[in-house]
Order: sequence, then C-alpha cells, then structure tokens
Amino acid sequence: MTPDFPVPPVSISVLLPALIVLVTGALVLLLDLLPPHDSKAHLGGVALLGIVVAMLAIIARWVAGTEERAFRDMILLDRYALFFDVIIGYAAALIVMLSMDYLGRTGGESGEYYALVLFATAGMMLMASAGDLIVVFLSLELMSLSLYVLAGLFKTRLTSGEASMKYFLLGAFASSFLLYGIALIYGAAGSTNLDRIAASAAARNGDPLILVGLALLLVGFGFKISSVPFHMWVPDVYEGAPTSITALIATGSKAAAFAALIRVLVVALRGVQPDWTALLWGLAALTMTVGNVVALAQTNLKRMLAYSSIAHAGYMLMGLVAGGVPGAGAVLFYLLAYTFTTVGAFGVIGLCARAGEEAVEVGDYAGLARRHPWLAATLALFLLSLIGIPPLAGFVAKFYLFGSAVRAGYIWLTVLAVLNSAIAAYYYLRVIVYMYMREAEGEGVAVAPSLAGGLALAIAVVGIVLLGIIPAPFADLAQAAVAPLLR
Amino acid sequence: MTVPIGLLSAVTFLPAAGALLLALVPRRRPAVHRAAGLLIALATLAVSVPLWTRFDGDSADFQFEEVYRWMPTLGVSFHVGIDGISLLLVLLTTLLTPIALASAWHAIEDRTKEFVITMLLLETGMLGVFVSLDLFLFFVFWEAMLIPMYLIIGVWGGGNRIYAAVKFVLYTMVGSALMLVAILALYYQHGAATGTYTFDLPTLARWVLPPGLGQNLMFLAFALAFAIKVPLFPFHTWLPDAHVEAPTAGSVILAGVLLKMGTYGFLRFCLPLFPDASYLFAPVVFALAVIGIVYGAWVSTVQPDLKKLVAYSSVSHLGFVMLGLFTLNQQGLVGGVIQMINHGLSTGALFLMVGMIYERRHTRLIADFGGLWKVIPAFSALFLVVVLSSLGLPGLNGFVGEFLVLVGAFQVSPWLAALATTGIIFAAVYLLWMYQRVVFGEVTHEENRRLVDLSPREWALLAPVLLFIVWIGVYPTAFTGKTEATIAALLAQVESKASVALAK
Repeated sequence: MTPDFPVPPVSISVLLPALIVLVTGALVLLLDLLPPHDSKAHLGGVALLGIVVAMLAIIARWVAGTEERAFRDMILLDRYALFFDVIIGYAAALIVMLSMDYLGRTGGESGEYYALVLFATAGMMLMASAGDLIVVFLSLELMSLSLYVLAGLFKTRLTSGEASMKYFLLGAFASSFLLYGIALIYGAAGSTNLDRIAASAAARNGDPLILVGLALLLVGFGFKISSVPFHMWVPDVYEGAPTSITALIATGSKAAAFAALIRVLVVALRGVQPDWTALLWGLAALTMTVGNVVALAQTNLKRMLAYSSIAHAGYMLMGLVAGGVPGAGAVLFYLLAYTFTTVGAFGVIGLCARAGEEAVEVGDYAGLARRHPWLAATLALFLLSLIGIPPLAGFVAKFYLFGSAVRAGYIWLTVLAVLNSAIAAYYYLRVIVYMYMREAEGEGVAVAPSLAGGLALAIAVVGIVLLGIIPAPFADLAQAAVAPLLR
Repeated sequence: MTVPIGLLSAVTFLPAAGALLLALVPRRRPAVHRAAGLLIALATLAVSVPLWTRFDGDSADFQFEEVYRWMPTLGVSFHVGIDGISLLLVLLTTLLTPIALASAWHAIEDRTKEFVITMLLLETGMLGVFVSLDLFLFFVFWEAMLIPMYLIIGVWGGGNRIYAAVKFVLYTMVGSALMLVAILALYYQHGAATGTYTFDLPTLARWVLPPGLGQNLMFLAFALAFAIKVPLFPFHTWLPDAHVEAPTAGSVILAGVLLKMGTYGFLRFCLPLFPDASYLFAPVVFALAVIGIVYGAWVSTVQPDLKKLVAYSSVSHLGFVMLGLFTLNQQGLVGGVIQMINHGLSTGALFLMVGMIYERRHTRLIADFGGLWKVIPAFSALFLVVVLSSLGLPGLNGFVGEFLVLVGAFQVSPWLAALATTGIIFAAVYLLWMYQRVVFGEVTHEENRRLVDLSPREWALLAPVLLFIVWIGVYPTAFTGKTEATIAALLAQVESKASVALAK
C-alpha cells in the first residue's frame, strides 16, 4: 500500500554543505558540555574546521560541475548556489577566526556563540540553494533567529540588548511582509516553486496579485539587504551587536539575501521584469544616496560602516537593474569583493581597544599609524577598497557593476553612482586622516594581539589585492554562476 | 640578450618593487631608507635613459610597446608604449623623482620609511599614467596615484595640511568619477558599432565616433577630469592650498609632473578620441586658458608668500600649455608639449629653491627676506637663472615653449595671441619684483646675515635641472625633434577624423 502523502526522495548530497555546517553546530553544542569549561577557544577551532570541510565539499562540487535538484526542486545545488556558498563560507570562516580572541577579551565567550554562528551560516547557504519560496522563508528564518540572539550576546550591555530587540522586532515585521508576499504570489500562480511560478506568471500577464506580491517581497528582502527605506535598524544593530556579529550581518546575511532575491526575481518573476526593474531603479538611487550622505555625519566607526553598507547595497541593486548575465554577474563579484573588504574592516575594529572599551569612535584611531603601522596600513587598504581605489578589489567590482549599468543604458543611474562614490571617499578618507595625520590625545588605541585574527586579516588583504589585480578568472566564475539562471 | 619583461614595464614598476622591498626594512634605520630610496629612483632614471637614446624621433608610432592579456573577456589588456609626447614626460618624471627624494634628505625627519615608500609608489603611478595605452589601465594608474600624493600632503605637509589633502583628493575624484562613466560609454558605443569590445586606446582612436551630443558629453566628462588636474581656471582653487601645504618634495612632484597629467590627458585622449568636440569647445578652452594666464599672473603679483606666488604662477603657465594644445596646429602643439616640460623644470626648480630657503629660515614670506645676494650669492645667482627661465627669457627654456605657443595662437586669432602675451609681461612683473625684494637691496633682517650658501647636496640637486633649462633654451631641436613627428601624426588624425565625421 502506498502512503497517501507522497514522501519526496531524500537526497543528502544536495544538502551537503549546509548539512556539514549544521552538524558541526550541533557538535559544538555537545562539546560545550564537556571540559574544559574555563576556555571555549577550542570550540572556535571545531567550528572553523567544520566550515573548512564544508568549503572543501563546495569546491569539490564546483569542480565536478554537476547540478543537483532534490526534494521536488525545493533545494538546488547549482553553480549559482555554490558561488554564494563560497562567499558565505569565507565570511563565516574569517568571522570565526576573528571571534576567537575577541570573545575572550570582551567576556562574551560561550559555546552557543559558535553554534549559533554555524546555524546562521547554514541558513544562509540554504537561502542560496532555495528553489521554492517556502524554503526561502524557512532558511531566512533559520539565519535571522540565530542572528537575533547573537546580536544580543553582550547581555550586560544596553546597546547590545537594544540591537537584539530592534533587530528582532523589525526583522519579524519584515518577515511577515515577505510571507504575505509569498502567499499572494502563491494565490496568483498556484505554486511556491520558482520555476512553476515563472510558467504560470507568464500565462497570467499583468496580474495585480503578482505585482502586489512582488512589492511585498521587495519589502522583506529590502530589509535584509538593508536598502532604503527599510534600513532604519541597520545603524543601531551594527553599533550594538558584537563587532564579529556585525561583520556577519553585514556580509553573510546580506549575501544570502541577495542570493535569494536575485533567484526569485530573475527566475520566478522574470515575466514582470519591467516592473521590478523600475522599482529597483528607485530603490538603488535612494539607497546609495541616503547611505552615503548620512554616513558623512557619523563619528562612530561602526555606524559609519553601517551606512556605508547601506550605500553598497544600493550599488549592488544597480546590477539587478542592469539585468542580464553581466549585471547579475557583477553583483556576485561585488559581493565577493565586498565580503572580503567588510569582514576585514570590522576585524580591525574588533582588534582595537581604547581605555578598556572597544575603539569605535573615529577619534580613537588617531595616531594608529605611528603605533601600529601594519594594522593601520591594513585598515587603510580595506577603506581604500571600499572607496574603489585601484588596484584593489573594490575598484574592479565597481567597474564591472557600473559597466553593466552603462551597457544596459542606465547612464544617469551610473552618473549618480560615481558621484556617490566620490562623496563616500570623504568619510572613508577621514578615518585615514585620523590614523595617519593626527596624533593620539591621551591614551592611544591599544591593539590586542591575536594570531587567528591576524591570520584572518592577512587572508582578507590577500583576497582584496588578488581580486583587484587578477579579477578576470573570478569575474568569469561569477558570470558562469548566473548564466544558467537567465537561460 | 633577451629581457623577460619589456624596458617600459621595468621602468614603470621598478620604483614600486623597490617600495615593497623597503617595506620589509625596519623603520629604525631612516638613513638606510633615504639612501635606498634615492638609489632606486636613480636606478629608475638610469633604466629610463635607453628610452631616450633608442627612441626613433622620425616615427610617429608607439615604441617600446608591450601587450599582455589581462582581462580578455572585457577587452582589457596591459598595453603600454610611448610616443614623442609621453617619452618626454616619462623622462621628466624619472629625472624629478630622485631630485625630489634628495631634496627631502633633511626636510623629512618624521616617518622617513613611509615617506620614501610613498614617493616611490607615486613614481610608479605617474609613470603608469604616461605609458598606458589602455583606458582601463590608464584609469587604474590615474586613480591609484591619488593616494600617495594625498598622504604626502596630509602626513608631511604644513599646518593646514589635512584640509589641503582632502580638498585635493575630492576635487580630483569628482572629476575622474565622470571620466569613468565616459570611458564605459565609449567602450560600449565602440563595441556596439564595431563588434569589438576593447579598452585599447589605439584601436579606439582609429574609430570615428559620430559627432553629436554623445561625443560632446564624453568630451566634457574627460575634460572635467583633466581640467581639474591641469588646473584650468576656474578649477584651480585646490592648487594653491595643496602647494602651500605640501612639503618641498611634494610640491616639486606636484608642479613638475602631476599637473602635466592633466594636459597630457587632453593631448592623449580628448583630441584623438573626440576631435569634433575638441574643435567645438576650443573657444571655451581658449577663453579659460587666457583668463587663467592673466588671472594667475595678477594673483601671483600680490602674494606675500613665495610658495603661493609660485603656485599661482603655475596656473598662468599651464594656461599657456592649454592654449597651445587647443590651437590644433603644429607650432601650438609642439609649444604646448615643450612648455609642459619647461614648466616641470622651472617650477620644480623654483619650489626646490623656495624649499631650500625655507629650511634655513623657516619662513616663506617675501617680506622676511631682502639683500640675499650679499649673504648667499651662489643661491641668488642660481635663483636668478631659474626665475628668468620661468619668465621666458630667450636663451633659456621658457622662451621656446611660450614663443611656439604664441605663434600657434596667432594663427588662430591675433587677439588671442595678444591677450596671452600680456601674461608674459605680467610674469616678468611678478617674478622680477619678487626677486628684487628677496635678493637685492640691503639686508633688512638680522637673521638673514647668518644664512649659509648652497651645500654640495643642493648644488647636485639643482645642477641637472639647470643643465636642461639651458640645453632646451639653446638647442630645443634635440627635444622638439623627438616629438614633432608624433604631433604631426596626431594632428593629421584629428583633422581626418573630424572631416570624415563632417562628410557623413
């Protein structure tokens, strides 16, 4: 007798990268119960190992070149997903390395920290693999709930609690918009599967239900990628959360949200492309301008980078506006470059302390170049890459992105973007002004020695220089990753 | 003998390679850094000499060309090469960098390691701008060289250095941002029209871009970036700030080489890529250039500060260069190119000498000097030569360039030449009046009696510059001969492209 409810065939291999990360997370929780209890640094090592193994599995998959779909096309492990898995895996690995000493120093060390980072990472990887709106939602929640907790890790700090609360409340609100959008699209298309939505949406041209659903989806994703006007949470959360978690929210979570957004738009909603292109044009212009202009006024480095991350989301939306393989490929490359750079920048902040507190004010960095020339040079490189100074990754990434927009004929959006980049130079350079051109007043900034942290920064520096000098192979990989989506 | 990499790449990247090596030397040894930095710069100069001796001045082609694949899917290649225009600028750069480094021997005591590394990276950036024959590669160097200059002004500059450094970067960045859009637009227009997507400059320059709004906008985007760098009136306001605050070595490089990147950009990109727009906007450039010539001279006259005076005189001199370039005739262009070199030498030397006197007296105010001839005659004599070269005395280099520019301008309009000539008269006024107040008369300040005359190091700094000042003045053919064929070919290209476009 066959069961009434058809059980889909279970495939482990399609879940492999995310599964390795999840299992490692569970393992970390178990190991947390065993001695030694006074230090948890070894758990960081286990977490790192898990991520490295997952990365190896991802790379093996890429080399094999097979494309897998399972669970009735709910989970896809194609090159697109693998590319994002690499970005997310790198971000997670660097963040775990940066966390090891950071947590010990700030008193936030705990086993569940690493477990939650791994759970969030698994959620991000699943978002990149989602072939169904339900999976998009579930993995988004897996990622978000872990991050809500992590943002409030410093239980005794008011700002950390505020960050967690704000992130949770607004995040839950955004999730419900997303869910409502999914429901409306399901109502119009009769399916939550991306391919089937595409097929039925094409048959029902201009269905208002789909357009309203699209708008609600954009609200939900707009929150996660921190686009204006859904960005209100960003500065407070970035400022209050532990710096390592800020880095994860700024990179991994943003990359995952872009992964799902791009797939939903170009696969499921390709029939209404003119509509979402017009919407995203406005969002992109608004996001980059508001992000950069408000960043000018910030004196807190974490808040400044928060607004800068908003601005970068605006640039990336341009790639979606431009569309096609060049546009989407440029977004993927940009995310890769942006992830290396941003993790590095937050990593340096995590290493610096002044008067027992984390050094987060721009003024805290006065005279850093004199006391710690290598660290100052490293932060300067990350900032220059964020401005887009060649020959660093940020420049080439911008070049591809702006190039795709010009190619598609969006000259004025590109002009706006390059002028924004020039504005942005001011606030990034201000940090360099403090580090190199001013002297410390009173107690200078102290740098915590950290082997793992130093190694993570070195990897990030090598990454941005490598991407800047020989970008072609990586950009080609990014294009190859998006090409099948747009067939 | 086979060389694994070409001569031109070797010249370009030698300073940067040296800088990377120096980064590993501990900072406790400033003397090592100074000496090694100077050595690297001198080695670069030595390596660049064969560029001059082996350069064929009768050919208008790019020479010492090297092409390597870089980003093939985009049509970006590492393509370098020099013609008669860039040859002179490359050599100017390799000549002035060791001089600038040596001028900072005692002036830069703080963070010597960083200073030397920054200067060497700057040299690679500047050389890269002059040798690039690929728009992408050019843009990379153009932007990358901003940061070393920013640091030189901002870290080792005077009291108001941060303001000046930030102003310098932001002005330049806004200009180059729009240039990036224009580069991309040109790339896609060329690709759509011909099917070849490439950033290769010679390929793009051969293609006739249809005249009209598109070409005009692209011209304006490029022109804005270059006009800010030149600086053409009214985009010059960053220059006095940057010059006054920069250390002597920075001022020498800024005036000597960096400003030439703007005029070079007009010559290398605007004229051949956008010939119709160049003709269209030439009157605007003439107007701005002449305003710059006269305004720069007037403002120089009333400056109380020696460095500011020289800075404003740059606005005036660069006006001559721009005037020459946009006459779009052989004499004007050759004059403009020679004037670029002349300004680099004369103004570089002026900044060097102002720096020398500043190191002795820690003031640059004209009013604080007077009667220097009685105290330091050698300095005063050399200063006179440099001042005369700057104001265009026949027999010295300045005359050759200005004369050719005026001949070119006269063919366009006698009135234009007449107006520009007033600039030469005013130059004589502000430079000689300044010289008179500083050098002649009685010693009015007791402190000045204790000044010491030029040291051997300072002689060695000035000697090569003075040599070229006299050499170009007496025998300019040695230099114009290298560049005339290139300019004739450039003019022919501009004219034929413009006429093809008109015929359509």
